[in-house]
Amino acid sequence: MARIGVFICWCGENIARNVDVEQAATQVAELPGVACALAYKYMCSDPGQSLIRQKIASEHLTGIVVASCSPHMHLRTFRKAAAAEGLNPYLVEMANIREHCSWVHHDRAEATAKAVELIRMAVAKVRCDHALQPIAIPVTRRALVIGGGVAGIQAALDIADAGYQVVVVEREPSIGGKMAGLSETFPTLDCSQCILTPRMVDVGQHPNITLHTYSEVESVEGYLGNFKVTIRKKARYVDVAKCTGCGQCWNACPSKKTPSAFDYNMGTRTAIYVPFPQAVPARPVIDRNACLHFLKGKCGVCAKKCQAGAINYEDQDTSVVEEVGAVVVATGFQLYQIGKERNGDGTVGYGEYGYGEYPDVIDSLQFERLVSASGPTGGEIRRPSDGQVPKTVVFISCVGSRDNAKGLSYCSKICCMYTAKHTMLYKHKVHDGTAHVFYMDIRAGGKNYDEFVRRAIEQDGAQYHRGRVSKITQENGRLIVRGVDTLVGEPLTVEADLVVLASAMRPADGVEPLAQKLNVGYDENGFLSESHPKLRPVETNAAGVFVCGACQGPKDIPESVAQATAAAGKVLVMFGHEKLAREPEIAKVNETNCAACFTCVRACPYTAIEKAEIRDRKGNLVKRTARVNQGLCMGCGTCVALCPSKSVDIEGFTEQQVYAMLESLE
Amino acid sequence: MDFGYYPGCALHGSSNDYGQSVHSCLDALGVELRELNDWICCGATAAHSLNHALALALPARNLAIAERDGLPNLLAPCPMCSMELLKAQSALAASDDARRTFSDVVELPIRGDTQVLNLIQVLQQIGLETIKGKAVRPLSDFHPACYYGCLLTRPPETLRFDDCEHPSSMETILRELGAQPVEWNCKTECCGAGMTMADEDIVLKLSHKILSNAKEHDANCIVVACPMCHVNLDMKQPDIDRRYDCHHDLPVYYLSDLVGLALGLDERSLGIDRHFVVKR
Amino acid sequence: MSKQIVSAEAGVFGRLHVADCYQCGKCSAGCPVAEQMDMLPNQLVRLVQMGRFDRALKSEAIWKCVSCMTCSTRCPKSVDCAGVMDALRELAVKQGKASKKRLRTLLFQQAFLDNIRRNGRLREVELIGEFKTRAFLKDSNISLMLSGAMLAPALLKRKKFHLVGERAKDRAVVARIFEKCNRLAGASSANGRPPAASPENGQHR
Repeated sequence: MARIGVFICWCGENIARNVDVEQAATQVAELPGVACALAYKYMCSDPGQSLIRQKIASEHLTGIVVASCSPHMHLRTFRKAAAAEGLNPYLVEMANIREHCSWVHHDRAEATAKAVELIRMAVAKVRCDHALQPIAIPVTRRALVIGGGVAGIQAALDIADAGYQVVVVEREPSIGGKMAGLSETFPTLDCSQCILTPRMVDVGQHPNITLHTYSEVESVEGYLGNFKVTIRKKARYVDVAKCTGCGQCWNACPSKKTPSAFDYNMGTRTAIYVPFPQAVPARPVIDRNACLHFLKGKCGVCAKKCQAGAINYEDQDTSVVEEVGAVVVATGFQLYQIGKERNGDGTVGYGEYGYGEYPDVIDSLQFERLVSASGPTGGEIRRPSDGQVPKTVVFISCVGSRDNAKGLSYCSKICCMYTAKHTMLYKHKVHDGTAHVFYMDIRAGGKNYDEFVRRAIEQDGAQYHRGRVSKITQENGRLIVRGVDTLVGEPLTVEADLVVLASAMRPADGVEPLAQKLNVGYDENGFLSESHPKLRPVETNAAGVFVCGACQGPKDIPESVAQATAAAGKVLVMFGHEKLAREPEIAKVNETNCAACFTCVRACPYTAIEKAEIRDRKGNLVKRTARVNQGLCMGCGTCVALCPSKSVDIEGFTEQQVYAMLESLE
Repeated sequence: MDFGYYPGCALHGSSNDYGQSVHSCLDALGVELRELNDWICCGATAAHSLNHALALALPARNLAIAERDGLPNLLAPCPMCSMELLKAQSALAASDDARRTFSDVVELPIRGDTQVLNLIQVLQQIGLETIKGKAVRPLSDFHPACYYGCLLTRPPETLRFDDCEHPSSMETILRELGAQPVEWNCKTECCGAGMTMADEDIVLKLSHKILSNAKEHDANCIVVACPMCHVNLDMKQPDIDRRYDCHHDLPVYYLSDLVGLALGLDERSLGIDRHFVVKR
Repeated sequence: MSKQIVSAEAGVFGRLHVADCYQCGKCSAGCPVAEQMDMLPNQLVRLVQMGRFDRALKSEAIWKCVSCMTCSTRCPKSVDCAGVMDALRELAVKQGKASKKRLRTLLFQQAFLDNIRRNGRLREVELIGEFKTRAFLKDSNISLMLSGAMLAPALLKRKKFHLVGERAKDRAVVARIFEKCNRLAGASSANGRPPAASPENGQHR
């Protein structure tokens, strides 16, 4: 026989102003199974909770309903109170008479009537509740970090330094990401490689870190605390264990004309190469699309030069499986491909800027290589077409960003800052040169950021013009930039020797299929979705998968590093427990009834339902059935809606309960 | 192969050399043009500047006539006309209401499914191979600057033709016929269009810029597919020379002129002898 | 300005996405005649955004515009800036605010439309004569009257000069189309003044 207690909260004036709580208590006291009903000013306060606990004991309650605010706010509070008094916490239900009632209705009589209805439904539900136990999930205390840029490096080092094993997967031959190719960084102008490469070395040497470079995540199985990740290690044609990184091979390689991806095609590299001198690991790979051995079947110079015998032309892709408990995604960004973005059947955008047509129109990452001491010009600013030092450089902001018609609607956030930095670096190297910037707004929110931009303008004399550029043409080796200065209200044409387009930030290639493998959501631009923009900024909706860096949205180095540390912190919180407790309100299959049609298996968005077999003691197959993986199920209920034989239900939210709630309405 | 034909006022007026050129050239390619019965003016800049409804109705009437005459493909060699026809067509396609209203205004039913083509598109439909097969004279002496002006590619979402910043369809055709088109920077700059009467200064200034750029990039002639561009660059060239104290000496051909020459037609039959700037 | 007019204008400019403009100025940067304008295209759009139609309608710039559509084509926010120019011109005439300094452009366009209304097709010689006469009556400046006179023999020699010119056969239907369009335009204009395809209806007497 059910004995249900109903506790109605005034929430100060919040509820009591529009709902007659005393009258509601009187009315619901009459409902079948209700043993007591009372109202109190603050049910969540200590005295309020004590009241509930007293009544559980004195009235021998078998279930309770708290009519107050949203369960998001205080369900946990009331469940804890009930559990302290020995009542199974899953026998606690809430009726939301604040957000759903008192806050949105003004007629007191009607609001009171609605509050009674809401409580009536909750009572009907709690009558069908039964005791549940939290699910305990073991945790593999080992983390996977996908992406070895500055964010991935930071996250990996933080977790490893806390004493846990970390596996780092990097697609390129070396870790370092975009930051390794930058010149100097805003707002302090410290050398990018000087601050990054020691951390890269730390990753390479850390006893707790396993590094897989030139590797990609192929598949992800499992769930929170128990992921099984298959990693494909691309054939390097160099045995990393034998190789000493001496450099004999790449110094001797006769194929020297391949555009270097690390230099954004501003320089060349050999067929066997390390992308840059400080690479980690400092071991080369062979590009078989450039190697004469693979193209023509002859050469073999590198193998002859290698005294360690590390060259292996027969190398094949291999797979390794790593078991981890948490995943940090830090796949970073790429630049918007100016004039080459596909949209349906054609390319869109920026034919008017001549990128790809005029060699002296370059993008911002290419300019970084031009000013970088490790770049193809050794840090001297020389333009690509003829190697001359450009005396007039035009920088154009918002190329691809904030351009609904041709590019992306969002602001890429960092371009204002790096463009100011570019003008400074240019002026520091070409004292008699002029730097023009065409901009729409200057967005320099950040510590010492606006001061930095002002320094570029006031001290280094960068000419800032408010307005977009309409067209760039080339006449006699000079670039004619047709823009406008809207502040004087005049069109403005600048003859330049070099034009740098501040191209938008986009998520790295291939992030969408990776997100699908991990069940992580992403927005229309491909940026990965955090669980809550304010309160859960590094969690995702896939339990145990975290994000940091530019794969989640445009951000600069300090922000990427901060977010990486945050993600590492969340992983460490998980690793602080031997087992993880999960709420038990997930799907459960009635295996006797299940017709094994497996509609649910196909429908489940979390791949949480498996095909299973029931066998007798002798091992004979009795029947086949669907079975829910308790680690993966998120309790969404899709399977319940689709099951033709009604053999699956959500615990604590069964169909019987939902119908009971509906039927309780008069 | 045959096409409906909407000459527009210019080709029946002072740009009748373009009309002659189009007819001679397409005739030599075995194409028959069937002129719309009792077509009317498209309204041009005057209509879209002063009366939005009229700017839709006048071309809509011509689209309706093409439908009535059973002409699914309609060549409008004047880009102003073809742009206005296409703009009206997309406005009509956007709503049943607009179609009903304008059917009533122009007193003919309109479906709005006529395929409106410019001269380049018609040549493309005839096919480069066919044209090349009939060509008898290589155009190797010609180093044209192909000039598209405004209305062959703009507005791009209505015209859906070529690349609006770097068009290349005329170059493709002429290169096949042995010409050596130059790369230059004013392919889609405006020549001043219909401002000739009202504001000659603008026309002279803009056209001078175009002629100068063609010359700087070593063109020995200009190729157009627009009667207005031809007027401004050819007929006005002596005025431009006088105003800016220069001697451009750049013959301006219609695309059909050069294709016609390649097909073996003479200058007279194409109306080239009636241009103002002639090759010495 | 009455509230009604503002809302009618808001309707026209709303369809042209004027509210989306963030004043980057790319329209002005690419405009071939911006140097000759008393106000740049982006400034005209801004005035429209602010509801300060008066200044925009009285500007010379809208009559300098050559309708090349470079502005609309390159606009990052898909604002139809060329369409804004058309709408401003149409409204300027309706409200009698067209700049007196750029009257010739308007006179030419009005003469053009009158010519089509009568003939169905353009009769060039008639148009030129009519335009020059009207312009002379306005500004008593004989130079336009005489300009281009030297061109006539050159055109004649090239058989490009048709003294009479063509007409459409069914001119009655053309006249009716004009009438109906004027009614359509009138219905959408809040001040109820008939639109001026001809100077008789306009404000420039």
